[in-house]
Amino acid sequence: MREITYREALREGLREEMQRDERVFLLGEDIAEFGGSYKVTQGLLEEFGPDRIRNTPISEAAIAGVSLGAALLGMRPVAEYMYIDFTTIGMDQIVNQIAKVRYMFGGKAKASLVIRTQGGAGRSSAPQHAQSLEAWFCHVPGLKVVMPSTPYDVKGLIKACIRDDDPIIFIEHKLLYNEKGPVPDEEYLIPIGKADIKRQGKDVTIVATSRMVIRALNAAEKLAQDGIEAELIDPMTLVPLDEKAILQSVEKTGRLVIVQEACKRAGYGAEIAAVVAEKALYDLDAPIIRVAALNTPVPFAPILEDFVIPDEQAIIKGVKELLEYNK
Amino acid sequence: MLSKEKLIDLYHKMKLIRLFEEKAVELFYKGLLPGFIHSSIGQEAVSVGACSALKDDDYIISTHRGHGDIIAKGARVDRMMAELFGKETGYCRGKGGSMHIADLDLGILGATGIVGSGLPIINGAALACLLQRNDRVCVCFFGDGASNTGSFHEALNLAAIWNLPSIFVCHNNLYAESTPQASHQKVKDISIRAEGYGIPGVTVDGNDVLAVYESVYQAVERARRSEGATLVECKTYRFLGHYVGDPGTSYRKKEEVEEWKKKDPLVILRKKLVAMGIATDEKLKGIDDRIRREIEEAVIFAQNSKDPQPEEALEDVYLDKYIP
Repeated sequence: MREITYREALREGLREEMQRDERVFLLGEDIAEFGGSYKVTQGLLEEFGPDRIRNTPISEAAIAGVSLGAALLGMRPVAEYMYIDFTTIGMDQIVNQIAKVRYMFGGKAKASLVIRTQGGAGRSSAPQHAQSLEAWFCHVPGLKVVMPSTPYDVKGLIKACIRDDDPIIFIEHKLLYNEKGPVPDEEYLIPIGKADIKRQGKDVTIVATSRMVIRALNAAEKLAQDGIEAELIDPMTLVPLDEKAILQSVEKTGRLVIVQEACKRAGYGAEIAAVVAEKALYDLDAPIIRVAALNTPVPFAPILEDFVIPDEQAIIKGVKELLEYNK
Repeated sequence: MLSKEKLIDLYHKMKLIRLFEEKAVELFYKGLLPGFIHSSIGQEAVSVGACSALKDDDYIISTHRGHGDIIAKGARVDRMMAELFGKETGYCRGKGGSMHIADLDLGILGATGIVGSGLPIINGAALACLLQRNDRVCVCFFGDGASNTGSFHEALNLAAIWNLPSIFVCHNNLYAESTPQASHQKVKDISIRAEGYGIPGVTVDGNDVLAVYESVYQAVERARRSEGATLVECKTYRFLGHYVGDPGTSYRKKEEVEEWKKKDPLVILRKKLVAMGIATDEKLKGIDDRIRREIEEAVIFAQNSKDPQPEEALEDVYLDKYIP
């Protein structure tokens, strides 16, 4: 199978959906001639023209608001927020409007739209360009939240999200865009709400999201050298969560490590831990461990940033701690 | 010049709003309505003047003080009343309430309770009209308070650069909740802000329904000619407080309220219609009586309607089978 980057796979997904459905259009800051800050939309202006590839001013309330208004009239907007940190300016529209209209208007309105954005640390982007804010969106009923980690997943999921009738927050990671992986030539979709088992194992379950999937996979390979077989689950969709996949794995392994790049406190990992504690406490042979960023803003200096964000060693350490129980 | 029928229709709609609002206030004080309501009594000419300049398939977005705008765009008062009661037969099946009545079939894209938030959304509707080449236009109502939000700035700028068929109609009732306009902005006429975005802005007497109609009609025509957005500021006044229960007297002098009541938009129009020979006093009284009955029937409809089933709270969050 051919290998392409996460960025290319994502662009292919967007392009295919725009070719398939003329209601789909893209809007965002610097996405047209410039191709987007992370070059995801490069070349699409030439193919689809300025009506469907629309630069917006730096007006982040307007980006989500316009998307909603267009969706109410049956269009299928895909908005790009250059950084997830910038969605804070659009939060009224995302939280109070987009997430609510269907419910608030008694089921008559649809907000079928996708908000694409990217988060995460690892490039010394400093406190306002490196956050992992996925938990904020997961807390708002009405939104679905998708967070793919591989080129294959990002393509299949963006296509499914554009076709979905609910509003979706689609969270990419700035350090994944250059990651390569196998992507088939033929069309495929990945269902929203389904987890993927990235690695099979019997000793411990690791649930990781976004870039942490890559780190957890590397950690699992190293653990295997010590005879520890970790099972790695990537939920891919955070809302709705594929609880079954996680619970089945925990039933098998009896141990759970949750890895997230966001800071630990009130992060999405806490939700996963709570689900397992509520529904599978007696399957557990040890406490649940969360490997997460420290509860600080993301610092600038590489040495500080590396200290705050969990790495492979932190994951390995977490797993080994867990295996100490019941020995 | 508007036809005789259209002029009488303006009166009819304004009176319908007035009596609906008065009834809602009465019901609220009797403790029959949950939540809170914001009355638009005194501002009827803005709602009716603007919506009467639209076609049925044009779109509006309104605000928390939206009963008037929504009735003016054609909503049924019985289903509105049912929504105020939180009933199953209400426009939003009891999930929105007074502040959030929508009917997409009537071009009412909703009403939002976050001040200023409708302004960016109307641009999306307007963009869809452009992309769908359907020749429709979109009106967003908002108040003077909203003109100080970031959303106002972002929306007017975007409508200007994208040349959208958006018409921004300001109910300038001179108070942002309790704060008088002079304390919340340095400019007297909000319409001059349009110049900063490169679109036309006009100020009209918001208690003169014909003046509002004429200004909005011009803006609608411009938008349909693909000449872009307009800001129409209508100076008006709310006779009651910010919400029902607020007497509106701690921040407004009694004399000021009385002065404005002399400029009651319904009285002005009524006098005009009689003087122009469009309708006799008797004919207008007949209209009033019919509307009074319609409102009474709306209340009966609402009160006789079923409450939603509690489990319906789980519906309409997501479109697929996923239940939160």
